[in-house]
Amino acid sequence: MTPLAGYLLVAALVFSIGLAGALTRRNAILVLIGIELMLNAANLNLIAFWRYGPHPEALTGMMFAVFSIAVAAAEAAVGLGLVISIYRHAHTTDLDEMNRMKG
Amino acid sequence: MTIVFWILAALTVSGGLATVLLKNTVHCALAVTGAFAGLALMFLQLDAQFAGFAQILVYIGAVAILVVFAILLTRGSETPKGGIFSHTWLAGLCLAAAVFAVLGWAVLSSQHALPLEAGSPVVSVMDIGNALMSRYVLPLEIVALLLTAAMIGAVIVAMHEKGDLK
Repeated sequence: MTPLAGYLLVAALVFSIGLAGALTRRNAILVLIGIELMLNAANLNLIAFWRYGPHPEALTGMMFAVFSIAVAAAEAAVGLGLVISIYRHAHTTDLDEMNRMKG
Repeated sequence: MTIVFWILAALTVSGGLATVLLKNTVHCALAVTGAFAGLALMFLQLDAQFAGFAQILVYIGAVAILVVFAILLTRGSETPKGGIFSHTWLAGLCLAAAVFAVLGWAVLSSQHALPLEAGSPVVSVMDIGNALMSRYVLPLEIVALLLTAAMIGAVIVAMHEKGDLK
């Protein structure tokens, strides 16, 4: 197994774990954490392809990963703000109990 | 494949698994911090020092703290009565397993076509700064705008509404 294939397999595994967490957990915060894991797995793919690709001096893969980290930080802030707002309103973070769109 | 890679892979994957499986939400936050640390060390192992330290600062420094704050503000560490998994957990698990099977099959069956450059790239922070200020200046400004908007939006969304103080 080449090093790149190893990193890609680890990224695929972390992505699947994050997807499983986002799809199966009931706590909204844990769902957000699962999404963060999926974003991180994508970043690992970008960095691995940048490292083993033909033109690492062009910095494309690394820049993509750095911008992706920034966007993920913004997403986490807004997502957790929404969770806190919903908790204040509905007094729960259980996604199975959030089954109505009316306020 | 070096021994370091296997240690980091084990750290990352076990952190992710613990995040999904643990009952107490605070323990989950700790486990996901471990997974983020493993990924940051993998970035360092891949000669991407800047991205690795950015990962440590942003994820371990900021996102993990935000998650802990959100857990404590919502009393999310209490285990719900109906268990920690939703009632459609089997479908979610099957979907995740199917996604992993497809991704793993794609990686393993295209191994000979993957690029493999032997030399490690030498990239200084100065090169990254020059690239950010020349070729990537428009994405940088857009990210700055996005972060400002996200920060204001998060504060407004999470702020107490008038008459809602209990």
